[in-house]
Parts: sequence; C-alpha cells; structure tokens
Amino acid sequence: MSGTNRIAGAGRLTPARTARFTFDGRTLTALEGDTVASALLANGIHLVGRSFKYHRPRGILSAGAEEPNALLDVSRDAARRQPNVRATVQEVFDGMKVESQNRWPSLAFDVGGFNDLLSPFFAAGFYYKTFMWPKAAWHAIYEPFIRRAAGLGVAPTEADPDHYASRYAHCDVLVIGAGVAGLSAALAAAKAGAKVILCDEQPDVGGALRYERGTTIDGKDGWDWAQATARTLAAMDNVTVLTRTTGFGYYNHNFVGLVERVTDHLPALDKALPRERLWQVRAKKVILANGSIERHMVFANNDRPGIMLASAGRTYLNHYGVAVGSKVGVYTAHDSAYEAAFDLKRAGVAVPAIVDCRDNPGEAVLAEARRLGIEVLTGHSVVNAGGKLRVSSISVARNGGGSARKIAVDALLVSSGWTPSVHLFSQSRGKVKFDAQTQRFLPGTYLQDCLSIGACNGTDDLQATIDEALAAGELTARAAGAEGGTQVTLHGDNAYGWTGGMIGAAEGAGPDTSVKAFIDFQHDVCAKDIRLAVREGMQSIEHIKRFTTNGMASDQGKLSNMHGLAIAAEALGKDIPQVGLTTFRQPYTPVTFGAIVNHSRGNLFDPARKTPVHAWEEAQGAAFEDVGNWKRAWFYPKAGEGMHEAVARECKTVREVAGLFDASTLGKIEVVGPDAAQFLNLMYTNAWDTLKPGRCRYGIMLRDDGFVYDDGVVGRLAEDRFHVTTTTGGAPRVMNHMEDYLQTEFPHLKVWLTSTTEQWAVIAVQGPKAREIIAPLVEGIDLTNEAFPHMSVAEGKICGVPTRLFRMSFTGELGFEVNVPADYGQAVWEAIWERAEPMGACAYGTETMHVLRAEKGYIIVGQDTDGTLTADDAALSWAVSKKKTDFVGIRGLKRPDLVKEGRKQLVGLLTKDPTVVLEEGAQIVAHPNQPKPMTMLGHVTSSYWSENCGRSIALAVVAGGRARLGQTLYVPMADRTIAVEVSDMVFFDKEGGRLHG
Amino acid sequence: MLLIYCPYCEEERSELEFRGAGDAHIARPDNIADITDEEFEEYFFLRQNPKGLIFERWRHIHGCGRFFNAARDTVSDRFYTTYKAGEPKPDVAAILNGERDKGAAR
Repeated sequence: MSGTNRIAGAGRLTPARTARFTFDGRTLTALEGDTVASALLANGIHLVGRSFKYHRPRGILSAGAEEPNALLDVSRDAARRQPNVRATVQEVFDGMKVESQNRWPSLAFDVGGFNDLLSPFFAAGFYYKTFMWPKAAWHAIYEPFIRRAAGLGVAPTEADPDHYASRYAHCDVLVIGAGVAGLSAALAAAKAGAKVILCDEQPDVGGALRYERGTTIDGKDGWDWAQATARTLAAMDNVTVLTRTTGFGYYNHNFVGLVERVTDHLPALDKALPRERLWQVRAKKVILANGSIERHMVFANNDRPGIMLASAGRTYLNHYGVAVGSKVGVYTAHDSAYEAAFDLKRAGVAVPAIVDCRDNPGEAVLAEARRLGIEVLTGHSVVNAGGKLRVSSISVARNGGGSARKIAVDALLVSSGWTPSVHLFSQSRGKVKFDAQTQRFLPGTYLQDCLSIGACNGTDDLQATIDEALAAGELTARAAGAEGGTQVTLHGDNAYGWTGGMIGAAEGAGPDTSVKAFIDFQHDVCAKDIRLAVREGMQSIEHIKRFTTNGMASDQGKLSNMHGLAIAAEALGKDIPQVGLTTFRQPYTPVTFGAIVNHSRGNLFDPARKTPVHAWEEAQGAAFEDVGNWKRAWFYPKAGEGMHEAVARECKTVREVAGLFDASTLGKIEVVGPDAAQFLNLMYTNAWDTLKPGRCRYGIMLRDDGFVYDDGVVGRLAEDRFHVTTTTGGAPRVMNHMEDYLQTEFPHLKVWLTSTTEQWAVIAVQGPKAREIIAPLVEGIDLTNEAFPHMSVAEGKICGVPTRLFRMSFTGELGFEVNVPADYGQAVWEAIWERAEPMGACAYGTETMHVLRAEKGYIIVGQDTDGTLTADDAALSWAVSKKKTDFVGIRGLKRPDLVKEGRKQLVGLLTKDPTVVLEEGAQIVAHPNQPKPMTMLGHVTSSYWSENCGRSIALAVVAGGRARLGQTLYVPMADRTIAVEVSDMVFFDKEGGRLHG
Repeated sequence: MLLIYCPYCEEERSELEFRGAGDAHIARPDNIADITDEEFEEYFFLRQNPKGLIFERWRHIHGCGRFFNAARDTVSDRFYTTYKAGEPKPDVAAILNGERDKGAAR
C-alpha cells in the first residue's frame, strides 16, 4: 500500500506502479505520478519543515508552484542534490532521497524553535533596530549568528554534473497555461492555422481540472477532455505542447523565457538528455492563461501543519487519491472550499464543520452541504488552531465575539478566495487595475502584444472562459497572419457557480499584537507585523514590504501580497489602490542557475583566442596569461626557473643578444581611401599628412573629452593606405570609435576601415642581433640603417611569403616587427627561431615585454593611464599637434580642469632601497606620519625588478609629479613605509642610442 | 530582449546583434576647437534622459556594422521608427499622433 491515507478508487494514479523514496532516512512508498507532497501526505506526514525565522513546525500548504512552506532538500546522488525544492512541484522517482531543512537536531525537536518563544524580540524591522550597537559586533557576532540561524536549505558543494540545453523558438501564438482557457485558446489558434506553442508547469495539462470534479466539456469529463485536447494539439504539425515547462519571464517585445524540466522526474537518468531546457521564445502574440491562486485565511496559528488550501485538499484527493486527514474541517470565505468538503465527505472522510465567516454563502453550496449532513457555521470565524506538530483542533466563535467552541480536527482546509495570476502580465509591464467589486487586481492597460484570458483575467464562469479563450485564440492567430482553418466551438458545464472572497485578516487574527496570524509563511510575516510597519510610519506598500520582508521570499508573495496589502490599507485608512501593489518581477518561480548559465560553463564560458604561434609556445613550455580573451605567452621558464628567474634571464638576453616576442594580439586596422590621412588627422592627435609612405609614427588617440583612449604605431604603406596598430585590449573599441566618427561625424570622407587583427601574425625580433637574425630570410627590403631607419615600414618577402616589415621597437633596442599572413605565422616564427637560437637569443613573453618597455618609460594605455589622464599628464604632449585645427579631443583637452596646475602626472619612482619592488596600485603620500586619512598624491601604475638596471623600477601618477623630480615621497604599506625618489621615466639607455643600432 | 529593425539590412533582428550608442542628433560642432566651455558642456556632457520618446543611436555591430537612429519610448521600449544616419529627425508630433491613430483603430 502506497501510504495509509490513500483512498481506494480515488485519484488518477495507478495503484500498482509504486516508487520508493526516503524522507529524513525513513523509506516510504509512493505511486508514480505523485509529488513529494502527495506521497508524504499519503503516508500521513504533514510536518515537513521549520520556518525561516521562528523555526515553527510547518506542513504542506498548497499543491502547486505557490508553495511557501514545504521546501525540501532533494537528491538523486551526492552531486545531484538540490535544496529548497517545493515538495508540491517535485515529482517522486524511485530512489529519491528527501531531507527536511532548517531544523536541528530533528524535525520534531528543533532547538531553533526557541526563536518562537523569543519572537517578541523578533518583530518586523528588528534587524534595523536591535543590532545597531556596538558597531563592531555586527560583523563579529550578529551577522554570523543571524546567518546561521536563518536561511533554509544548504547549497550543494559539488559541481553540477548535469547538462542543460537551450533553444530559440519563434511562433505566431504562445499560450502560457494549459487549463481550460489555455487549451481552448491554443485549439482555436491552431485550427485557424497559426504556429502555436502551448506550455504548462504541471506534468499534465488541465490546470484547475486537476482538482475539479463535476466539470464537463463537450459532454466529456473535464480532465479527460483536457488530455484528449492536448493529444489533438500535439498531433498537429503547427503546434508544440510543452508540459513541465514554466513560462517564468516575460521580457521586451514578446520575448518569453520558458524552462522545461526534462529529467528531474525520471528514476533512471538518460545521459543524452539535458536536465532542463531553456526556451527563448519570440512570439508574435502571447496569450496568458495563468489561472488564479487560492489564498489562505489569516487567523491565529494558521500555520499549524495540517492546515492547507482547500484546492490543495481537493487536488490530493481527486488527483492523487490521498485524504489529507480523517477529520477535516473547512474554514472559508468563498464557496469553492465547500466543494472540497463535499468531495471528502463523499469519499468517506469525516468533515466536522464548514466554518464560513460570511453570513450568506452561495445558496447552492449551502443546500448541498445540508444534504450531505455537514454542519455549516455561517457568520463564524476560526479564532485559533490547536496542536503543535499537527493541527488538532480549531476554536470557532461567532463573529463579533462570544465564547469559542473547540472542534477536533486533524486537518483544516482554508480558502479566502482566489487571486488572479497577473504575474506575467505585470512582468510584461502592463498596468493592473483594481476591481473594487471583486476585490482583486486584474489586467488593465496592456503594453505588449498579449491577451489575458480565463481566471487570470478575472473571468470566473466556465462557459465565459471558454468563449473568451476561443475568441482570443482565433483573434491572435488572425492578427499574426494565419489564414483559413476552421472555427472551434465548445460547451462547458460545471457543478456550482462560486461567490465570495475576502482579503486581509479574518476575525481570528485579532487586533492583538501578540497573535501570530501568518500572511507570509516563508518569511514568517504576521498580520501584526504589517500593522507595526504602518505604526512605524511606513506609508507606501514598497516600504512596508521591505520593512516586514512580506512577499520577499522565494515564493514572492504569491499567497501573501494581497493579504498584506489589505491589512496595510486598513491600518492606513486608505483604499487598496491608493496603497498600491508591488511590481512583479521575473522569474515567476525560481529558475536554476544551470538553465540560465546553460552551455556557458567550463571551456565554453568565454571563448579563448589563440595566436598563430600558440602551439609552438605551448610546446616550449610557456606559461600563459589571459589578456582579454587572448592566451598570451607570459614567460618561458627553463628547467628549475621560477617566473622571477625566467623573466630576469629573458630581459638580459634581449638587451645583450636578441629576443623573439609574439605580438600577434596587437589590434590592427587597415585604413584605406583617398581621405585616409585626413581621417587619421581627426582620429589621432598627431599629424599624418606629413608622414611619408614607408614611414611609421607613434600616435595618441583621445576621446572628445580630451582623455587618452588608445595608442599605437601607424605605418603609411601608400598615399591612401595606413596600417594602424592598437593596444591588444583596445582593438574592438578603437574600431568602433573610428567607425562611429567615420559614419556619423565625418561621412564625407572617402575612407574604409577593416579590422585585420587576426589576419596578421606579428613576430617582434628585438635586440642588438635582430638585424643579423632576420636579414638572410628577408627578400626585397634593404635593412641597413640608411635605407630602413627606426620607424620604417616596407612590404617584401620573408621566408618566401609576403611580409609587412616594421622597423620599430617597444624595448628600446634595434627591433623589427615581422607581419606575415596568419597562416604562415608559426612557420616563419620557427624559421626565425632556427637562426636566433644558435646566436643565443631567447623567446620572451609578456612579462619581459612589460619590464623592457618600463625600463624605457614606454607607457601601456590602460595600465599607466586609466581614462582620466591627458596626453600631457602621460608626458606625451610632444605627440599632440599644435598646428591642427581639429582632431577628436582638441576641445576637451582645453577644459579648465585638464590644464590646471597640480594634475597627476606620470613620473618614475626609484625606491631608496633598490631591492624593494613596490606594489602596483600602492598609494603615494608626501608625509608618512600625517594623521589618517592621509592626503594621497597618486599611485604606482607599473613596478618591476629590472635585471638590466640591477634594481627595482616603477612608474606612478603623482600630483604635480614633474615638479617633484628628486623629491622623496612615501608609499605606506600595511607593515612598513617605503621611501621613494621621484625620477624621470627612462631608466635604461637614457640617450636612446640603442634604437638606432 | 528588444527586437530592432535595422534600416540598412531592412530586417528586424534581435537586440543581441546591436549595441546602443547614446543620444542621436547631437552634432559635433564644426568649429569645435573654438567653442566655449559652456557650449562644450552642452555638446558633450548634458543629456535629457527623457521619460517617453527618445531619439537614440544604435549600431548593428554584429550585422552590417552601420550606425543608425531610432525613436523609442523609454517607458514601453516600443520603437516608433528607425532610420539611417544622416536622415532628418522625424517629426515628434507625427510620431505620437500616428501612435494615437493606431491605438484608436485597435
């Protein structure tokens, strides 16, 4: 027997098909198709967790996605463990392990329950007041304690072994929700010829028909009609039916996120299947058929395990065949809960009483209750619920006072009416309007191309829902361009029309400030907390929400928002619309990180860019560093060398012999056209029309605000052709910056820009022997100083392949940069290496490149500048043309603050102790003993050990730096203060003779 | 995610292919070197950030690469129109009236 509370003949599950699972170590039997909740209830278990703040015993409140209480830790194996799973949504599979959360040492005896006794100290907003003093105690004591005591599940520690899929889909009509409304609308749209996607969060379609009885559509039982309709739809070529699929987010321009749970219900994992599939749907029209959510009643101790929504009680009985108790009371303000009593009574379960706080319930349900012999107490309220780990009794009193009568129950079904699910409508940024007559928010003004139908639109009557849905399906299909097809008509009947509903606190919540009448179960917010918030001066619902945390748990107030709002409105003496409704945000229900991250993990998290020489570098044992997406050779350690030794050797070797450096990542832009020089005149501070073909120039690029944006060497190949280089990291934005000005400010110029970064491999050969190394390999270019001096460029051949050869240097040595088509990169590199290695040259990486350029005071834009430095600040004013009448930044750099005295300027720093290497980013002060906070003059931007100088060197920005040459400044560190002397920026070969070697 | 009509490709494409580029119809002064500090402030720094209709620039960066202009409602994110760079600014009243007419027809 799959549980003692299973009623023979009730429900839609197959009794023979069982599944075994454990709950807190106890093995239980379920039926296939059970949720964890229905399986626990079948086994007589109501107590499933402890509450967030007070650690109160909690049970299962609902049978759906709105569940605030029954959050459990569910695992398949050690790595597949998920906390905070809603028991009402998770289907049971054979072998599943389920653990309760937030309790110690056990669920039935929880030490944290002590909090409940201390609750007078834990009123709403107590965090803001209680833990104010002493200040230091917050980090040391209060926060760690609160974090340990509060919270629900524990995050898994192992990496997620599952994979997730992602799919884009386009359709004419997306229907979210497959109850009567959604199915009817999808059918009408599909028959009209539209491409339709229909999704529902449940394993089966049917929506409210899951708990309903006595509903017929076109003469069929409602549930059977729903399943048959889904089969009809699924068989159509133009329809996709997705179950276990939640429409969780409605974004701009009818872009809707769906998440499909593919394997979480399967006993055996199929490795080929993704755990979940994220659907990103762009729909021409969206139909929202999200239904409505039943609200609980707000009264004293309404959180006792065994107290649940009436519709949940019906679901467990009519769908899962489970009676939620043997003596089930009903407390309601709405006719719908009567049907729960009828169903239970007919199934043989005792129903001691229906307590209705209204004086005049619907006549039909009242008559039926009498016919079934159920006592109905109209004009009464439940003023308290007894029992600790499970409800044992209710105290019922006539409204307005009087003595209470105690009724023994072991479960209580409650309903205060239904809240239309306007979540997705609100996410679409439509505006809701309050319907005063039915006391509910309904879709008002639409902003996107969608339609709400059925219960989420406030349509209560079955036939009205069907008619509305069919009309919406056909209308949206036609509007999306569907032609032809057939029209659908359906006829629906149900047992009772429903009336009633209330929001806010019932009489049983009392005016008292000590009564715990919960409105938000997951965050332990009571009616009194809302009143307290109002007394403390909160006026707006947004403030009340944040003060009390009402509706801020992972269920996002699906049950509590309306109650909280009504209580606040009453306390404020305002109408509900004046108090306002908080905004619904995506996602509707929690979505796993796995579904969102999807394939973008591990190697696929971010693309890796590799240069044409990468394989060679790897084979040489290079260490790599990430520069943007690039993998760059950092240094080439020999056996026994650490980074420091390797870099010191490489630095020495380059200056004594030569070195090869892979500069392929440099950004490269081909600028071509009759107006190319004029365009570059505008983009860079330098003058380009005076540059002769065959020559190069170092250029500075500013933004229009006058700050340095990028730099690089530009070679002129012909009158109308330039080879522009940018920083490695700046390549894409420089290209965008150039395109922007070319397309929108200077469109009259005849210039074309092409990114060639990945088309050229760049091999820098630097050092005294650079010429000797490459000379025998080069054809058609005279490499002598006279014919090819520093800052020259020529086209020719190297190793028989075309090259653009630059004579330039980022090391201060005689140097060449060999550009060859990327496909030849490694072959040419190897040919050069074959000559270089026997001469004693080395390959060097980015770290050595950094040190060598710092020895020469060459800046790196983005390291030595940070977007707030002008060309003059960076000691580059020589590169700014005084003659030009326009270039980008010409006006910005004249702004008063940019020409002010005392700006931070780039200078060199030499530590008094030459062996001390400063930390990059360290702050610089004039007086080390001044009181804190000290006046900071600037910071270290680059700092290295220089083997060539035999000491440490550094670059720094310092206020008024160039006027401080020779001054002693200080760098205060945590453990000591380092004295430094301000110097110029060139540390090696100050005359620069080596460039021309 | 927005759906944006590229006036060069003449197609509606996903926002993923585009990059926003700030306010439209802010011309860089021809005599920029000679303008006053106040004029430069106006040109470079000050923006209206309107609630409602905005004219803004987009680049179809992962498509044709062209910059173009759009009239968008910052509240609803609805695009009233997109048009090529260099084309005149559409008439605001006409745009809003057109919307009203469409609204009435629905």
